[in-house]
Amino acid sequence: MNFGLMLDAIVVLPSGIGLTLTLTVLSLMAGFLLSVPLAFIRAFARPGLSLAVLAYTYVFRGTPMLVQLFLLYYGLGQIEAVRASVFWMILRDPFWCALLTFSLNSAAHTTEILCRGLQSVPKGLIEAAAALGLKRLQIARLVTFPIAFRISLPAYGNEVVGMIKGSSLASTVTLLEITGMARQMVSATFAPYEIFIVAGAIYLALTSIAVKATQFLERRLSTDRNPAPRRRARFRPALPHQEITPPVP
Amino acid sequence: MSGFASQFVVAFMVTVGLALVAGSLGTAFGLFLAISKGGAAPRFMSVVTAYTTVVRGVPELLIILLIYFGGTTLASKVAGRYVEVNAFTAGVIALSVVFSGYATEVFRGAIAAVPAGQTEAAKSLGLNAWQRWMFIIGPQMLRLALPAYGNLWISLFKDTALVSIVGLTDIMRVAYVGAGSMRAPLSFYLAASALYLSLTTVTLLSIRLAERRYPAFGR
Repeated sequence: MNFGLMLDAIVVLPSGIGLTLTLTVLSLMAGFLLSVPLAFIRAFARPGLSLAVLAYTYVFRGTPMLVQLFLLYYGLGQIEAVRASVFWMILRDPFWCALLTFSLNSAAHTTEILCRGLQSVPKGLIEAAAALGLKRLQIARLVTFPIAFRISLPAYGNEVVGMIKGSSLASTVTLLEITGMARQMVSATFAPYEIFIVAGAIYLALTSIAVKATQFLERRLSTDRNPAPRRRARFRPALPHQEITPPVP
Repeated sequence: MSGFASQFVVAFMVTVGLALVAGSLGTAFGLFLAISKGGAAPRFMSVVTAYTTVVRGVPELLIILLIYFGGTTLASKVAGRYVEVNAFTAGVIALSVVFSGYATEVFRGAIAAVPAGQTEAAKSLGLNAWQRWMFIIGPQMLRLALPAYGNLWISLFKDTALVSIVGLTDIMRVAYVGAGSMRAPLSFYLAASALYLSLTTVTLLSIRLAERRYPAFGR
């Protein structure tokens, strides 16, 4: 262990936090905006449309994000029409490519998360809202979505953590976010332990903040007057959405 | 493209092999940690919690890079000359570390979800600790953990693509090399996505089958 190098890394690597956070926040926002209508379609539209959305989420959730990133970054340039179009200005830039990939990926995950939340909104609530004379859009905006969002929040927190971790893939298309800077430093100094451990600590700090923020939001949005004390597990497993519940005796 | 078909077949086997080895090791280690977390000393419990927190809070790519390059440095230092860690070995270690981190939490949740009365009843019947785990808690816990555990396998298959970055010739690597040499990135990456999609689909279907075959008790 070379502590001088670690100090160097502690000084240098935080300059990559900005790009990591930019990629994460922008792709989460874009993914969320895209996923809200898609989740409504997936949950409530007629089977044909719902299946089309399912196909999108299935493909994006079933393939590695690295493949998607390379497909967009290297693959799209092969099509002549893309190179000729105005989008080429955007698509030849690694930053926009990474952002587009992450947004599409995040949208696919968020759609499934929100869809599950939408489907678990009790039918009676929607019927009550309809009985009060609310229009369909009002029901969606005022009743269904807020409740579904609250239900989906723990799973969405995992998606946020997953996106922070996933943004490290941007280093494979030459972007210098935290992982990219760490790899650059390692190739200059060849001291992988020290530098990657510092990078890992930065990511750990970022993901911990994201987890804490989600938990805070969960407590704020909780409708219980006295929210139950939180479970001891600080992280929930990121992927599984299925709740583990004891069998009914 | 046709010359790459055989390479894709080999790479497919490498990806599947990597995932199976890493998943099995990770499952064994995760089970061990989850079971020992239940009855061990508080200090050991906090060590396990720290392990799962760190593993799940750090990008998989960084863990793979750390183990590949760090492992090479360490092995060179130990051997006294330059030794390169095999990319497959590094991938297996890194992915089983990641898998065990998640699996520990899944199994721990499932163990906690088995009603305490079951253990108490087993104790009152005079079963020893080994028998309680084998016949009472184990079967119930595994069935409860199955859906979440299956999701771990799906993400494991996707994470294997990251090992290509340190030079393992898996599906992703063959696609990368092929895309470069044939100047046809679109078709090569589409082929790679199709292969990965088929892998995750097969995994998903087997999990669904297992869930139907072994549903949680009492439901």
